[in-house]
Amino acid sequence: MTRAFALHLGVLRAVLRRMFASKLAGFLNILVIGIALSLPAGMYMLLQNAQGLVAQLSDAPQISLFLEMNAKAEDVDRLHQQLAQHPAVAGVGFVARAQALEQLKQSTGLSDLISGLEQNPLPDAFVVHPKPGDAQSLDRLRGELAKLPGVKEAQLDSAWAYKLEALLKFGRMGVLILASLLSLALIAVTFNTIRLQILTQHDEIEVAKLIGATDGFIRRPFLYFGATQGLLGGIMAWFIVTVSLLLLNGQLGALAQLYASQFMLHPLSFGDSLSLLLFSVYLGWLGAWLSVARHLSQIGPR
Amino acid sequence: MITFNQVHKRYPGGYEALKGVSFDIAEGEMVFLTGHSGAGKSTLLKLIAAIERPNSGSVLVNNQNVGALKGGALPYLRRNLGIIFQDHKLLFDRSVFDNVLLPLQICGFDHRESAKRVRAALDKVGLLKREKANPIALSGGEQQRLCIARAIVNRPAILLADEPTGNLDADYAREIMAIFSSFHQVGATLLISTHDESVLQDSGVRRLILKEGVLQ
Repeated sequence: MTRAFALHLGVLRAVLRRMFASKLAGFLNILVIGIALSLPAGMYMLLQNAQGLVAQLSDAPQISLFLEMNAKAEDVDRLHQQLAQHPAVAGVGFVARAQALEQLKQSTGLSDLISGLEQNPLPDAFVVHPKPGDAQSLDRLRGELAKLPGVKEAQLDSAWAYKLEALLKFGRMGVLILASLLSLALIAVTFNTIRLQILTQHDEIEVAKLIGATDGFIRRPFLYFGATQGLLGGIMAWFIVTVSLLLLNGQLGALAQLYASQFMLHPLSFGDSLSLLLFSVYLGWLGAWLSVARHLSQIGPR
Repeated sequence: MITFNQVHKRYPGGYEALKGVSFDIAEGEMVFLTGHSGAGKSTLLKLIAAIERPNSGSVLVNNQNVGALKGGALPYLRRNLGIIFQDHKLLFDRSVFDNVLLPLQICGFDHRESAKRVRAALDKVGLLKREKANPIALSGGEQQRLCIARAIVNRPAILLADEPTGNLDADYAREIMAIFSSFHQVGATLLISTHDESVLQDSGVRRLILKEGVLQ
């Protein structure tokens, strides 16, 4: 067991030596892989952030019912009961028009202006908390409530969040396509690197075959090389994404302050970072494997 | 140890290298394979190492039918053979020491044991002082001896040598033959192809003579 481990470690050491022997070429390869992976990884990170934002907003969708200005107290009471008994409604809150005006005064700092008004421009309103459902059922409920007597208008507050959600789905598909294409590019880069290595080590491979090397023995260093190059490319991609995030957050901080918001981009999570590295290792290994399978058989003797 | 039974070998294009060759080499025997160039000596050696396969007939090594071996079994056959190639097949991107180390790496020997064996093999062929040199800096005779060291480091039961004294002058050739004799004395089976008359004269060694693909 320890002997087998030592053998593999020896192969890995030889591979790293070879990689660092060709400093510039090796670095350029890793840079290409890093950039190729950082594009989908970066877009994925932005989407995750947008996703978090949407989840916050659309977690508790609300329907605001604005009543007619001349609604009478008993109409309001009857409506309150109707809403409370509705099967699709989880809870109802009533906001009287005087109360709404008071809130407006406090929250906007426009109290002088509002005090100058001759009469309260705001209607009575209900805030309806629907039971959880998809965008369609919520929209149906909104339409139903809008037709209730005494209701002038019904607004689904989270409607735009659902639109954003649809937009995010579109974005996720874009990331998926981009990731697939760039993964192919990564496989191609590794394929070609390994092909060149096999060509330059033609003599060594031939001699090794002649004196009893198994295919596994010959394949191993190339597979390790591909996987190691993939890993370093993945690390490079992670750094590109993380440094870009820090740069963006610096600017975003100033922007968010203008809107009195604490919004910041979150970096890739530990799990996502690990997935990125494992995925790039796998792609490098796959590219090397394809190249070795294609080119080794061409070197005699069988 | 090595048995040929009515072996035919025809290359693509129709050239017949071997025509119905049969012979038997016992364990521990040393045999010369002679004949003009183009007589089929190299082909015969390649059949033993399964570098080529016979079109008909059977080649047995250690009672194994080499011609019928699957690809995955070939490496283990070749580990029992020490092959000295006509064109040496040395690797010039590494030292003398590392050239001899390669067969041991392939078999998965641990590092300390390998180093001991490599030095023993280099000592036997008189190259111990050159272990750090690049093979390209060695003379023709030294390269040949390096090739022998690589073939014996794994202590194979069978040694195959293809024209080992090909381009060497008589003194070097005698040296090389002396090395082979010493392996014969410790029990190895040797098959040495040569057309070097000076080597053949002074030995009472059995000879297989090939002429245009037929054993005389």
